Amino acid sequence: MERNLVYIALFAALIAALGLLPKITLGSGIPITAQSLGIMLCGTILGAKRGALAVLLFLGLVAIGLPLLAGGRGGLASFASPWAGFLFGFPVAAFVTGLVVEKWRGGNMALVAGVGAIIGGIVVLYLIALAYYMVMTGTPLMGAVTTVALPFIPGDLIKAVLAALITQAIWKARPNAVLSRA
Amino acid sequence: MLTLTLEQQSWAHRVPVGRKLLVLFGATLFLFPVVSLPILLGCLGVVTILYLSVGLVALKAGLSMARPIVLVCAIILGYHLFIGQLLAGIGITLKILAMVGFANFVTMTSRLSDMMEVTIWMLSPFERFGANTRAVAMAFALVMRFTPVLIHKGSALTEAWRARSAARAKWHVTIPLVLLALDDAENVAEALRARGGMGQNGDTPWNET
Repeated sequence: MERNLVYIALFAALIAALGLLPKITLGSGIPITAQSLGIMLCGTILGAKRGALAVLLFLGLVAIGLPLLAGGRGGLASFASPWAGFLFGFPVAAFVTGLVVEKWRGGNMALVAGVGAIIGGIVVLYLIALAYYMVMTGTPLMGAVTTVALPFIPGDLIKAVLAALITQAIWKARPNAVLSRA
Repeated sequence: MLTLTLEQQSWAHRVPVGRKLLVLFGATLFLFPVVSLPILLGCLGVVTILYLSVGLVALKAGLSMARPIVLVCAIILGYHLFIGQLLAGIGITLKILAMVGFANFVTMTSRLSDMMEVTIWMLSPFERFGANTRAVAMAFALVMRFTPVLIHKGSALTEAWRARSAARAKWHVTIPLVLLALDDAENVAEALRARGGMGQNGDTPWNET
């Protein structure tokens, strides 16, 4: 009980910290915000249920008025924007990512975590975000894809690769802490 | 930790948080299907008056909090101009500004502790299905405590990287950051257990003696 609770809380704090730390840069110098990396890691390391709970906890703190979203945003208004589909999709994304890692036992950890992060953190997340944006703004599919998805998918693919590498490193260093495989 | 609440007191601060959330929820539901430009403009006007009733400081803070949404509105307007439906684009933009403005107003005039109380109260019906509201309250407190801790540790890792390398810190620092978070989690869980643990609902181990 205590261990699960604290893991969930610490990962919620990790999502916030990754979003608020100065932007990390890739080899080529492209800056990316790491908040969605935190969402993916919640799934790959904590597993489906705990990962989703950590994300819900994070969103709860944003809703009650803490500026924890990337760039120091927060409050109820974050959920009123047409892009809020990403926020509503975050817990589902972590859940699906975690489910993949929990169910696919064999295989290389980096591969499993990477596939999980792509299915949960990109495919599922963007389906929800796109549908929400289309309903909120009345934009047809093609318009929504060009404004909501296309500019961000390359960065998110890189984050999925990073989530895979980080999960593998944690799996080697602290196998007991990877609750998705406990 | 820094919050988005406006320090200054006003009539809006004194309205119970539950009531404000209810009005916000109702207003959002009402606004959702509206397409008429005059009504939307009126709603935005009402929101502006709300801010002004608290003071110019509130309006200024509200405008700076709404800044990220301006970019979103610009994208939407640009797209609708491109497909030749500028009026529809203006309607959507007005609706978003009114909704975001009102939501920010509620956030700005509600204290964090009151918001937390309402959240716990809203979760309490789920207790019979096994939800533990005391655990939720504990989790909220842990996140608030550990977010600055992790930010501090992350900055320290980045600095240590800079001390060793001419290149900027890359994504690699995330690995030790996650390890530090995991080790903190183990230590805090151990400490909680040593102090009697979370217990179940209605059972307060540290008061039993």
